Amino acid sequence: MADPEIKSYEPYHESRSAAVTESRPAQAVLMAIAFAFLGIFLLLPLIIVFHEALAKGIGAYTQALVEPDARSAIHLTLLVAAISVPLNVVFGISAAWAIAKFEFKGKAFLTTLIDLPFSVSPVISGLVYVLLFGAQGLLGGWLKMHGIQILFAVPGIVLATVFVTFPFVARELIPLMQEQGNGDEEAALSLGANGWQTFWYVTLPNIKWGLLYGVLLCNARAMGEFGAVSVVSGHIRGLTNTMPLHVEILYNEYNAVGAFAVASLLAGLALVTLVLKTLLEMRYGAELAATRGH
Amino acid sequence: MEVRVANVRKEFERFPALHDVSLDIKSGELIALLGPSGSGKTTLLRLIAGLERPTRGKIFFGDEDASQKSIQERNVGFVFQHYALFRHMTVADNIGFGLKVRHGPSRPPAQEIRRRASELLDLVQLSGLEKRYPAQLSGGQRQRVALARAMAIEPKVLLLDEPFGALDAQVRRELRRWLREIHDRTGHTTVFVTHDQEEALELADRVVVMSQGRIEQVGTADDIYDTPNSPFVYGFIGESNALPVKVENGEIWLADRPIGLAAPHAPEGDATLYFRPHDVELLDGCSGCIAGTVAASRRVAGTRRVELEIGGQRQRVEIELPVGHPAAQKSRVAFRPGRWKLFPAA
Repeated sequence: MADPEIKSYEPYHESRSAAVTESRPAQAVLMAIAFAFLGIFLLLPLIIVFHEALAKGIGAYTQALVEPDARSAIHLTLLVAAISVPLNVVFGISAAWAIAKFEFKGKAFLTTLIDLPFSVSPVISGLVYVLLFGAQGLLGGWLKMHGIQILFAVPGIVLATVFVTFPFVARELIPLMQEQGNGDEEAALSLGANGWQTFWYVTLPNIKWGLLYGVLLCNARAMGEFGAVSVVSGHIRGLTNTMPLHVEILYNEYNAVGAFAVASLLAGLALVTLVLKTLLEMRYGAELAATRGH
Repeated sequence: MEVRVANVRKEFERFPALHDVSLDIKSGELIALLGPSGSGKTTLLRLIAGLERPTRGKIFFGDEDASQKSIQERNVGFVFQHYALFRHMTVADNIGFGLKVRHGPSRPPAQEIRRRASELLDLVQLSGLEKRYPAQLSGGQRQRVALARAMAIEPKVLLLDEPFGALDAQVRRELRRWLREIHDRTGHTTVFVTHDQEEALELADRVVVMSQGRIEQVGTADDIYDTPNSPFVYGFIGESNALPVKVENGEIWLADRPIGLAAPHAPEGDATLYFRPHDVELLDGCSGCIAGTVAASRRVAGTRRVELEIGGQRQRVEIELPVGHPAAQKSRVAFRPGRWKLFPAA
């Protein structure tokens, strides 16, 4: 049986009429402004970071990265990311599932709460933890009695990082899951799949690219977070210093090479994130187009 | 498998979507739930499937009370309006999904699942498309894959939600015939939802007409078309005329004249007369008939539709004449409804 209604889903190319096309000089000016802006505010600083890091040669650069305090900072940053990113994946999927797939009281409130870290200054979120867990804080006495150290230790840094990064995964998934609706899950259930099988075989594959995209942004922020972490960490060298904090300390000590060497790692992370993000957007875009094809 | 819906009520956040609905579906029957949007037809289908739980009432599969069973336990094949094919799986994996997720000894080996998938693809006439992805299929092909997937679990009942809703007219007609063939061959008890009366009347053994959360009428296409039992069915299925009349001494009066129809059992007083445009008897003289002046005349396919203005109220009715009938040339036409029904005035 032939199907005459096969549709093609090629992107629609909009051709602009001559009337709304800018004149060549106007185009040149607009482009020049955009490029000059990006050059001065983004590209130049990036070049300076690498230039300063390598100012005293490659030897000094590697030296700055392998010295114990730097290694400890890198180690701590990786540890914090390794804990907070998976936590936020679990939280992000649960929150997105709850918001996108069923109705409940307080849904609008939850949606607003998820955005909170974006609207609150990171320093303040750090301060909240100090007020909560500090020696004079609400839970400070109880924690001290039980010998639990949160502030000025790894748990505090993880908590602050989780706080500032938790919107990333959830916000990426909510619109995606809302668009996809419940249809596929209902189909899986009607075919006899249990809840776990439905999640594993149907929901997760449907959101995997969105999830990966959220994880990438979440990770970049987790490794680069300064404000909130700065408040709760206590800046103990070799113990509670993350990479961004370490950069600041070195810079304040006029150790430019050391500071920029560590900074170059963070800049490198940013570049890798950018490349992966672009690749994902290309892939993810195609995936979304396929979704709409249904 | 027989399905019995017994006094089912369904509320969504205290808003009633179904009021006290009862329906018996015979084993092997192909039945259509027909109604405008908001009539509760999809809700009824989802209740049978187990995608929703009734607020009150019960649903039986055979003699077994299925009301509290989950959708997995009910073993129904559900075809969704937009197919809900798993977009990251091939056609074969989509069809085999229901077998793959089974546990223990009821789960066939991978090779057997593949064989079943190919068999079903043959049945839905899509052999050779095992490795395609849903995005690479046309709407009609997706529809057939969705049906094959639902049949793979050997369901007790097959439920289809607006199965042809998203397709264009030609593919629709083709698939309609094809679904009937599949049904006759496999003998599944099948329930489908549609808002298209032509589809329901042509395809189904029996049609359930629904409106505002209630069942208006259940019957074969002939029952529904020839003897509608409510003004709603008259209006919703096919075309009909409604005339305000009066019942006096067991006779029907239009304004101040009797129209030659006896209604000995109807209550006296105001009423509304319903009849179909094609179901009229043309008369020459007029002693006891409905007469009107021709206001408009249109040729529609094999017949001529004549619009008449009747009486001082200038009430409009439409009747159907054979093309070339001399009455169509006249300025005044008299007729009497053949099959008709009286309902209390609204």
